Amino acid sequence: MTRRLLLLIPLLLFAALVVFLYRGLAKDPAARDSALLARDFPAFNLTTLDDPNRTLDRSLLKGQVTLVNVWGEWCPTCKQEMPQLLALADRGVRLVGVDYKDTRENGRQFLDEFGDPFEVSLFDPEGTLGFDLGVYGAPESFLVDAEGVIRYHHTGYITPQDVEDVILPEVNKWQP
Amino acid sequence: MLIRTLPELGHFALILALAMAVLQAIVPLWGAATRRPLWMAFAQPMAWGQFLFLVFAYLSLTASFALDDFSVAYVANNSNSLLPWYYKLSAVWGSHEGSVLLWVLILSGWSFAVSLFSQRLPRDMLARVLGVMGWISSGFLLFILLTSNPFERLLPDVPTDGADLNPLLQDFGLIVHPPMLYMGYVGFSVVFAFAMAALLGGRLDAAWTRWARPWTNVAWAFLTMGIALGSWWAYYELGWGGWWFWDPVENASLLPWLAGTALIHSLAVTEKRGTFKNWTVLLAIFTFSLSLLGTFLVRSGVLSSVHAFANDPSRGTFILALLGVTVGLSLAIFALRAPRVQSLAGFGWLSRDSLLLINNIVLVVMTVTVLLGTIYPLLLDALGLGKISVGPPYFNALFVPLTALLCLFMGLGPLARWKRMPGRELARRLGGAAIVAMVVAAVLPLLYGGSFSLGVTLGLLLALWLALSLARDIVDKTRRGRLGGLKKLTLAYWGMVLGHLGLAVTIVGVAMVSHYNIERNVRLAPGQHVEVGGYQFAMTDFRERSGPNYTADTATIEVTRPGRASFTMQPEKRFYVASGMPMTDVALRPGLFSDLYVALGEKLDNGDWSLRIQLKPFVRWLWLGALMMAAGGILAVIDRRYRRVPRRSAAVRTHESIPPGAGARGDIS
Amino acid sequence: MAAMTRRLLSICLLAIVILTGTAAIAAIEVQDFEDPALMQRYEDLTTRLRCPKCQNESIGASNSPIAADMRERVAALLRNGQSDRQIENAMVSRFGDYALYDPRLDARTWLLWGLPFGLLAIGAGVVAGFVLRRRRRDGRESASAVLDEHERRRLEALISRHDAGSHGRRNDGGAP
Repeated sequence: MTRRLLLLIPLLLFAALVVFLYRGLAKDPAARDSALLARDFPAFNLTTLDDPNRTLDRSLLKGQVTLVNVWGEWCPTCKQEMPQLLALADRGVRLVGVDYKDTRENGRQFLDEFGDPFEVSLFDPEGTLGFDLGVYGAPESFLVDAEGVIRYHHTGYITPQDVEDVILPEVNKWQP
Repeated sequence: MLIRTLPELGHFALILALAMAVLQAIVPLWGAATRRPLWMAFAQPMAWGQFLFLVFAYLSLTASFALDDFSVAYVANNSNSLLPWYYKLSAVWGSHEGSVLLWVLILSGWSFAVSLFSQRLPRDMLARVLGVMGWISSGFLLFILLTSNPFERLLPDVPTDGADLNPLLQDFGLIVHPPMLYMGYVGFSVVFAFAMAALLGGRLDAAWTRWARPWTNVAWAFLTMGIALGSWWAYYELGWGGWWFWDPVENASLLPWLAGTALIHSLAVTEKRGTFKNWTVLLAIFTFSLSLLGTFLVRSGVLSSVHAFANDPSRGTFILALLGVTVGLSLAIFALRAPRVQSLAGFGWLSRDSLLLINNIVLVVMTVTVLLGTIYPLLLDALGLGKISVGPPYFNALFVPLTALLCLFMGLGPLARWKRMPGRELARRLGGAAIVAMVVAAVLPLLYGGSFSLGVTLGLLLALWLALSLARDIVDKTRRGRLGGLKKLTLAYWGMVLGHLGLAVTIVGVAMVSHYNIERNVRLAPGQHVEVGGYQFAMTDFRERSGPNYTADTATIEVTRPGRASFTMQPEKRFYVASGMPMTDVALRPGLFSDLYVALGEKLDNGDWSLRIQLKPFVRWLWLGALMMAAGGILAVIDRRYRRVPRRSAAVRTHESIPPGAGARGDIS
Repeated sequence: MAAMTRRLLSICLLAIVILTGTAAIAAIEVQDFEDPALMQRYEDLTTRLRCPKCQNESIGASNSPIAADMRERVAALLRNGQSDRQIENAMVSRFGDYALYDPRLDARTWLLWGLPFGLLAIGAGVVAGFVLRRRRRDGRESASAVLDEHERRRLEALISRHDAGSHGRRNDGGAP
């Protein structure tokens, strides 16, 4: 009898494998959480898009929940995302932009054309902040709580649906 | 007019093929269970009919490609009126739907071949084998018809032209690689069907292994070729000179190959010695299961890979269900019907039995390692433990020692006798080979590369050990005259020798190209030159040209080496008009001992071009070895031992007193 | 209409290709190191690190902008005298464990690294089991002196010939 049970082992192992594969089907292999969740927003020292003489550091993000959005004029989906960001700003969410791998001129033109939901946009022409954030394609958004800790990471563009279903609840969740 | 309806006729043929597959799946098995000869005899006509209809369906899809019928969605997505005719014909399997059709066509082709060549099998056995294959065929035909119909029309908005075949696939590799690979993948369904038939019939003796061995060898040889062709294709097509990336899709083809290699050996033991019966059945199930698993991994999108098909979740679910039912059922039948009695034959530490057992264990550990590495990220993700990557460093770290272990015992195997082999005799016969292998492996890298390299030495040591021990065996066998010289050595024996030597050749290739590869990224403008690895590369010309469906920037590089005639190489950067995709077209100068490999990169700021120049020593040996392995597998099948049952009359053979099952002869293959 | 949609689709595809670099253009750029040992480490590291944006490519093989950034950072850190481990850590802290093709041994990966060795050990046990069982049986057999090696082989031959024969009879009238 025990030998008959031994013969069942392959079947059991296979059944477990199928369960895992089935669960894997529902997952997107490309979707990943940021490695920076629950960690301090990385240190930076960047000028603003508007003013090449004004430099800011991460104390900018202390005291208030902030949505940091990484964008660039060269990024087509960023354009589609702007209406949602403007809506979020209207709803009282504090937004800070990171103009990523861009020229000052293009970045300003972009905001003129599509609207400016940001309290301030940091200018990151070399992509150093973007790199420290682990950004691998714009747009990406990071929700930072009042302590300056990253709490939520959104890859790809924020759809109108996401505004209500994801972003606003996350913002409320981390209000002090 | 009739030609316009070809896609519908093809679709209809698929449905008819499904009907026949279902009949083939049910009637013969039922007949075998209730011992009704007429019902059992149903299997063959159904297999033939199914094959016929699938050939028709396949040809009608091919015709749609040839005739540029862009009202067929699959043609519109994967072809273009400018596409050269030979790519139009192979674009049939260039994407998901058509490649599944090819899969099923090949499956029914194997069924057809089994029904043709196994006329002398016991009737119930043949009925069961074909019945099991009918089940698999039904599953995949359902899969095509429900989720992946290649005949779907784009009506009434027929596009004026097609979106073109993916430029990566517009290559000779597409013409040969997928059919070979599928022949191998699907070919393992035959040994699977034999194993299931033996289980179902309750006749788990050595007989089924004897019938299944030729089929397994042929499938294995095809798979070997398929993998080698894929590796060769990736090498010249992808532009960075890699030949194996441990990508999930590649691993998906390696898994059944490793299991199949174990199976070939285990079948030999079971046939010759009547031992490991359950294990062999289990391996037969595993090998085909891994083929199915590979199909699932490639087509479901659960893993990210550079060569994955475009995916659709419903397809993934369907194949998983297919996999679950096929493998689950077969393992359940195994658990219920496998004999409980353990085989009594025993063997000593040093014997061909124990060495083959070790071979099987190492190959299975290799299989599990590849499987584990491939799906581990998926397992962790499913458990919510985060995303990790498992890549080449992991596989290399485990495969090098495992291959070394495998080769160590592989050198002993062919010389050892069944049951027991005195260690002293083995040492006497192989001591010389071991010493020569060690000395040469230590010295050769110094002479070739000028410095000692552990990796190269290990690779050469293993390869020489395999080759020299085989040479010693051949010398012993012929010199002693016990078997009466070379002529008496069977083809099966030569097949084994060739297969094992093939592995040695591949190992030399891997070791040399991994350690002595020279790679230099350089910038060049017309009129400039650069020196790499003793060759001088001078860009003499740079121009634009246009091909049938692309435009290209072409550099002409003149390569010179002191004392040798110069030659030119023309790396290109192509831009495919219809798909808008850029592609690098590598310039290759192949050689038995070294390839020159030049890829054109980007245009740099100052108008120079970046180029990647590589010298790839012994890279051809990788595929040469695979070719030898495949040839070895085929050679063993040609051995008339296997054809005796169907073709030879018994009278010719009566002088042979000991039946093959007794294993008195020294060969195993 | 359909043609228009397809045109749009191919433009999108092109954008994806350009942005993510999934097309088959190997990264070819000119990185110069004075020190060949540094060059070697650079090559090793760029094959060990995974491009976070691509399907399944190392940063050394990928042509995507993020892979280029990562290569540049690897080169800069190497020139700064950082160890391989430090450089890997720098990447992991930004892009997660996903960035390592060579997963580190920890609570999650012990099975991955350990199972092959465990199976080898079990395999060794199986071989030992087979051989020792035979020894015990041989001991018993030689005590009762039933058959010697030669006799047993002959017996086996006879049995299997008998088997083959009975098959043959069953086969009679087999195939049409």
